[in-house]
Amino acid sequence: MKHSFEDHTATIPAVQETPATPSAPRRMTLNMGPQHPSTHGVLRIILELEGETIIKAEPDIGFLHTGIEKEFEQKNWQQAVTLTDRVDYLSNLSNNLVYALAVEKLLQIEIPPRAQWTRVMLTEFSRLNSHLVWLGTHALDIGAMTMFFYCFREREDILRIFEMFSGQRMMTSYIRIGGLALEPPRGWQQAVGKFIRAFPSKVDEYEELLNANPIWLRRTQGVGFISLEDMLDLGITGPMLRGAGLNWDIRKAEPYSSYDKFDFKVPVETSNDVWSRYRVRLQEMRESAKIITQALEGMPDGPWQADAPHVVLPDREKMKTQMESLIYHFKIVTEGFRVPAGEVYQCVESPRGEIGYYVVSDGTSRPYRVHMRTPSFGNLQGLPKMLEGILIADSIAALGSMDFVLGDTDR
Amino acid sequence: MNHPALLETKNAFGESTVIADPARIVDLCRHLKDNEKYVRLSGITAVDLYPAEPRFEVIYHLHSLDRNQRLRVKCRVGGANPEIDSVTGVWRSANWYEREVYDMFGVLFRNHPNLVRILMPVDWEGHPLRKDYPVHGYKYSYPSE
Repeated sequence: MKHSFEDHTATIPAVQETPATPSAPRRMTLNMGPQHPSTHGVLRIILELEGETIIKAEPDIGFLHTGIEKEFEQKNWQQAVTLTDRVDYLSNLSNNLVYALAVEKLLQIEIPPRAQWTRVMLTEFSRLNSHLVWLGTHALDIGAMTMFFYCFREREDILRIFEMFSGQRMMTSYIRIGGLALEPPRGWQQAVGKFIRAFPSKVDEYEELLNANPIWLRRTQGVGFISLEDMLDLGITGPMLRGAGLNWDIRKAEPYSSYDKFDFKVPVETSNDVWSRYRVRLQEMRESAKIITQALEGMPDGPWQADAPHVVLPDREKMKTQMESLIYHFKIVTEGFRVPAGEVYQCVESPRGEIGYYVVSDGTSRPYRVHMRTPSFGNLQGLPKMLEGILIADSIAALGSMDFVLGDTDR
Repeated sequence: MNHPALLETKNAFGESTVIADPARIVDLCRHLKDNEKYVRLSGITAVDLYPAEPRFEVIYHLHSLDRNQRLRVKCRVGGANPEIDSVTGVWRSANWYEREVYDMFGVLFRNHPNLVRILMPVDWEGHPLRKDYPVHGYKYSYPSE
């Protein structure tokens, strides 16, 4: 049973029953956040209410602004990778990847297939990680507490895999300019294989809990409508667009890091509400699992770093016997490498949408300017339009369906 | 693509860049959106070329879904009060992007519906991403309460 947007908002007549004066209903301004648990971070929304209906919503952002773009200009090119982790802390590897790709485009270095495939595999893990956190907390907001425990159970396994690869659970900094930070550890195939064989059945579990749950259906279907034209005009990207019937995924449209060698589908739903966004993300998890399985089975052999001695740190053993390696090591560690002058814009499909880095180099060993076009910033701009005219109780579901990260918004 | 506001076209790293006349940016953007199908404005940013003059480059990243193409439009603005027309009338998403550029660089956007700071506190002084702004900031005192 599907409700249309109009009859959903037309319910609850109590709003009309309590006007201050017969001619003009009383309006109330309500501050939601910045410490409200369902704003997922420090977002303040100023709501103007008429009864329980939202007339106007205005997001107030910037509470988590840490000046990362300014800090980029103080680090050398390779050091700045660690800053990218801290932008969107739920999908760090997507940020690592887009920055590395942008700088590699400027440097014009070729990344060996093994490194590319490992990058794809790990960014898909970070998509799973992000979608799991989204599903758990979104369901918790709406009132399904069990989902939170189920999702964090699987997320823990993913964090263990990240730790195995990079030594860090969250701030991985594993994708570096020129390849990877470390060689993939011994025995990673077993750990990844064990997880990925079990994962599809876990997604079945989530669907079993939610798909026929009457409360979940009533709270998601027909809620949070925003037209596709408005979304494109307001800068919304990612699963929100695919939930409105637009088949656009940067992994397919502008393939990077050998995504064109993987076989996967782009899930598209058409009902354009919280439910369709949930369906899109759940199917994306299944597709990510497929990509990881393909990467596991077809992982090429070979080097895991580019053949670019002026960028990539040399092998420790070679440094003991070859003078060039020692010189390169000294140059890279003391000064960093220089990147030819120029400007590039590189974008990838992060779990939240289009993340694009505009990188400008003036030919020195530090970035001249790095601008991050983050999906959460673009998506949040559409929030007032989505919240207008809906009930305040539905605003929680609508907010959650956007899946923003405030670190990503405020940078 | 032909428009009187276009000054120069460049191609590097497989990306197209056009340099445009800042006085006619709204006209150009309207043309790019309506006739060239650049339906999405992916972002607006700026680069401070201090001490060069005109000092700022305002950069628009456009994206056409139909043709799967991206385009970068650049304008140079400068002077004591760098100003350019707002493109919020063309793409509504320009609203926050322009506020961010104003906040970080102090470039003013004429005819913007709500040009206030977005990331920094409203009473902040200075524009942090300018090259002459120290990385540790100026000593900042909160107004007495």
